[in-house]
Amino acid sequence: MAEHLQVELVAADRTVWSGRADMVIARTVEGDVGVLRGHAPMLALLTDAVVEITDDEGSVTVAVVDGGFLSVAGDRVSVLSERAVLSEEINVDEVRAELDTAQDVGNVDESERRIRRAEARLRAVERAS
Amino acid sequence: MAVSLREYRARIKSTESMKKITRAMELIAASRIIKAQQRAQAAAPYARELTRAVSAVATFSNVDHPLTHEQEDPKRAAVLVITSDRGLAGAYSSSVLKEAERLAEKLRGEGKEVDWYLTGRKGEAYFKFRQRPVVQAWTGFSDQPTYDVAAEIGTALIDSFLKEQGEEGDVDEVHVVYTRFRSMLTQEPTDIRMLPLEVVEGEESPGDDEVLPLYEFEPSAEAVLDGLLPQYVQSRIFFCLLQAAASELAARQKAMKSATDNADELIKKYKRIANQARQAGITQEISEIVGGVNALADSQAGSD
Repeated sequence: MAEHLQVELVAADRTVWSGRADMVIARTVEGDVGVLRGHAPMLALLTDAVVEITDDEGSVTVAVVDGGFLSVAGDRVSVLSERAVLSEEINVDEVRAELDTAQDVGNVDESERRIRRAEARLRAVERAS
Repeated sequence: MAVSLREYRARIKSTESMKKITRAMELIAASRIIKAQQRAQAAAPYARELTRAVSAVATFSNVDHPLTHEQEDPKRAAVLVITSDRGLAGAYSSSVLKEAERLAEKLRGEGKEVDWYLTGRKGEAYFKFRQRPVVQAWTGFSDQPTYDVAAEIGTALIDSFLKEQGEEGDVDEVHVVYTRFRSMLTQEPTDIRMLPLEVVEGEESPGDDEVLPLYEFEPSAEAVLDGLLPQYVQSRIFFCLLQAAASELAARQKAMKSATDNADELIKKYKRIANQARQAGITQEISEIVGGVNALADSQAGSD
């Protein structure tokens, strides 16, 4: 068995983070799940939420995904999402503005989705700081 | 004679400035190709992981998903044609369109009607000029497509695919015609059938020695598949768009290179003609002077 997890956090147009890690925490549609090495193979749907990666030196990387998947197999963890952003790439002012505009969107579903995504981003920034 | 010499000089000048423009476009296309290839490479991990996940689900659950379901009696097919927004790329757009026409002919031969979906202004103009109906067209991104556009196109195609037969706008098959980027020198128009999905693809399925692990699905295999397949379709459309973008730039670079070469040749030709005209002018002047001197000498000799 490998010493560490091999983690890849992949967005549709780029690899956001990749490397060795000790633990990955993500939120699936059924609740938070933490992955350590030796985890059983799993394929799970993620919600718009924070993903935390603790790398092999113990420092924590926080990212946000807009939905997507978590796939675990043989100590390889891939987090796939159309959009994935690292917490340090998030512009807080922009997200706050987005949160305000999202509340005024007429379509309820659309508005809710955008609010959820903006809130997830804010949470990620809080978590990282 | 002097007038035409001036004319030739003006022509040489205008050809030279044209050459500068085509040369610049060639260089721009060349530098953008590298970026386009990098984008294609950056998108590869996502596509790879997604394919792995899809084939994993397909292997361990009985796949019967609306997106993989073959209609027994297909009547309509949607064709998505990926063309460029701008011209000056040689035969790029016209060869894609030709391939699309060929595919449409084949589909009609199988008794299916064709609904057109387009990307790129060139394709839009082609259909508008022939006054043929287009269901939907997207423009303005052909040389640097984003994933959002691919997602939008994917959603539109999936929506019309999922409609019941007989419903307005329903299609039973979705095909995509795009230009595949083989190398800087060859790009070939290709058509693929996007929907219904054939999940396990020969080249991408895992090898014999690599056994797929027994996955746990959360919340359930069906739900995971529900989430996976649309993204899989979108990612494949994104892949097609990226390939088409790289091909367009390569075609443009090639076209602009031959335009530059051609301008070079024209300049050379015009210079020769201009020099000839100049030489002819000088010769005529000399012969006029000589003739004048001779006439003067003759008349002086006669008066002596």
